[in-house]
Amino acid sequence: MTADLANVTNLALAGLLTGLVYGLMALGLSVIFGIVRVVNFAHGEMMTIAMYAAVVLNAALGLDPFLAVLIVAAAFFAFGYALQAGLINPFITRPEHSQFMLLVAVALIMVNALLVIFGPSARGVQLDYLLESIEFGALLIDRGKAYAALVACATSALLFAFFRFTATGKAIRACADNFLGAKVVGLNVKRYYALTFGLGSACVAVAGCMMILLVDVTPVIGPAYTLLAFVIVIVGGLGSMGGALLGGILIGVSEAMAGLLIQPSAKSMFSFALLILVLLLRPQGLLGRKP
Amino acid sequence: MNRRDFNKAAAAVGAAAAFSPLNVRAQAQKLKVGVILPRSGVQGFIGQSCQKGADLAPGVIKEMLGVDIELMNADWETNVDVARTRAERLIQEGAHVLVGPFDSGAAAAIAQVAEQRGVPFVINIAAAPQITEQGYKFVFRNFQTAPDIVRNGLALIGDLFRATNVAPRSAVFMHVNDTFGQAMRGAIGAILPSQTQLPFKIIETIAYDPAAKDLTVEVGKAKASKADFLLLVCRLNDGIILRREMIKQKWNPMGVVGPGSPGMYEEQFFKTLGKHSEHCISNVPWYNSKAELTKVVEKAFLKQNPKDKLAYHGLNVGFTFEAILIAADAFKRARSADPKTLAEAIRQTNITSKMMLGGPIKFNAKGQVEGIGSACLQNLNLLPTVVLPESAATAKPVFPAPGYQRV
Repeated sequence: MTADLANVTNLALAGLLTGLVYGLMALGLSVIFGIVRVVNFAHGEMMTIAMYAAVVLNAALGLDPFLAVLIVAAAFFAFGYALQAGLINPFITRPEHSQFMLLVAVALIMVNALLVIFGPSARGVQLDYLLESIEFGALLIDRGKAYAALVACATSALLFAFFRFTATGKAIRACADNFLGAKVVGLNVKRYYALTFGLGSACVAVAGCMMILLVDVTPVIGPAYTLLAFVIVIVGGLGSMGGALLGGILIGVSEAMAGLLIQPSAKSMFSFALLILVLLLRPQGLLGRKP
Repeated sequence: MNRRDFNKAAAAVGAAAAFSPLNVRAQAQKLKVGVILPRSGVQGFIGQSCQKGADLAPGVIKEMLGVDIELMNADWETNVDVARTRAERLIQEGAHVLVGPFDSGAAAAIAQVAEQRGVPFVINIAAAPQITEQGYKFVFRNFQTAPDIVRNGLALIGDLFRATNVAPRSAVFMHVNDTFGQAMRGAIGAILPSQTQLPFKIIETIAYDPAAKDLTVEVGKAKASKADFLLLVCRLNDGIILRREMIKQKWNPMGVVGPGSPGMYEEQFFKTLGKHSEHCISNVPWYNSKAELTKVVEKAFLKQNPKDKLAYHGLNVGFTFEAILIAADAFKRARSADPKTLAEAIRQTNITSKMMLGGPIKFNAKGQVEGIGSACLQNLNLLPTVVLPESAATAKPVFPAPGYQRV
């Protein structure tokens, strides 16, 4: 393999691995919207909290983020469940702008709480293997990114399996497909909504614990990730779990290629160009269903 | 003593004090110095490093000049808008002079505030040349401009190649895409073509966001250029991210050479990267370890930071200390904290006993100090070490870096 081709392949792989973690992050947003029909505008901020949780657990207990993920995901499931049951459920039947304002307010509270607690400086985890690469001939795979992508794939597979094969998963999908019908057959829709929000939050927690292996965290990075999650789910198809993963991969790889072949500063520009293209040619997203 | 006697005595003492020639208002009060630094945010570590220079200044200057200084510290959080509002607040709270802010963008914003409010502003570190090209009356800078940094930095690169008998043919130039980075890019573009003694050409230029969280693509692109060495204008956090990425991508050029930017000689760079920080080179304005004032400052520094080393903070501490020294020296001569008088006294500054390399601290008509010197620092044994010029060197330069592999 020539050096140039190896370099292009290496960067494409790096984009793919980062994209899988992006996809996992967006998956949480997609699951919540697809079922509860609430757009979580605090999504990036929730992931930021998960990143800080991983940093704190690493600093205080020496826990590797791959172990911390279990604790953080469990805590986020409980938090998400409580948030939906206590705060969001009363807004389910209210106009969408009320839901929007509610979740923007939650996001602002989260950012400011993080600023108060941690200050605005960047924090990260320092682990030896994060500086290592796996070599296959001329191919170099970032070890941290590779592990994070594996966890993203495993989490996504678990989530798919849960919704497809378990009774609770099927019940949740029934609530999403037919709100009234689900109530008629006696399903506790609000409880399932809370459960879904909990699952979506746990998904974000896993994404946060993996993301801290890739980048350092500051309290103000949340909105950028919320925006990125929106771009991904719109490209992939809002409400489609497979679409979220596909969108993440597309954004990750296209950013890497745009940076290499055009200009590094064109990375974000390219994501938004892709978004506009999808909105023009396939408004429902690549794997989304027509309304 | 009865009440009337006491009142008479008090009145006499008061009158004597009021009409005494020694009681010049400025001598009776402290000089309030508003120190505005990025103590948090992306540049937080550098701001905290500069703060160490500010913290030791009152004690050292009291000993040197007998001037009392009250520091009024403000954090601009690496956000230019915050810098502007913090400067406003410091002035409202009674700062006689502003010092800071370690950033060209912030310096430009604070300069506007200082000029509007008529309060002297002594820039410790900021290189964009336009800051002192605006005709400001209250803005002073004791730091090299970007063209000066680049001119000195490139000259030292030539010295480095001569000293090591190496002649790289190509460089990839990576720089932060902010006010400082753009100024450095402009200066390199303008000055490098005239430096015919330098054997290399820049074959690729890559700009990146100073707040970038991931530089995989940028480093991949730089590696693909197959340049002999990396010419880097970075900050601290991005410098760390970039170096990490070089390690992960197993890119080992002849060296990483900064023609005049922060980052690679900072304590946090060593702490975060450990052995991977070795052999990086920064050509920057630096302190003269043989100067008397350096010894005094180092002693005070170690007293306040017993577990630290001045070498990790040389540029930040040195220029921040000197900025406050300039203000105190002017205050002593002016015998007043009146802003116009103080600004005029700063303009007349002539400090010959200084800490940083170069000539005396004297401002030109634009408020700029000229003739500040640079040194070539190389990270050796986890310490920024002066390797050039030979007169100030404490070790020999290592170039190419061990482990160099031609791509």
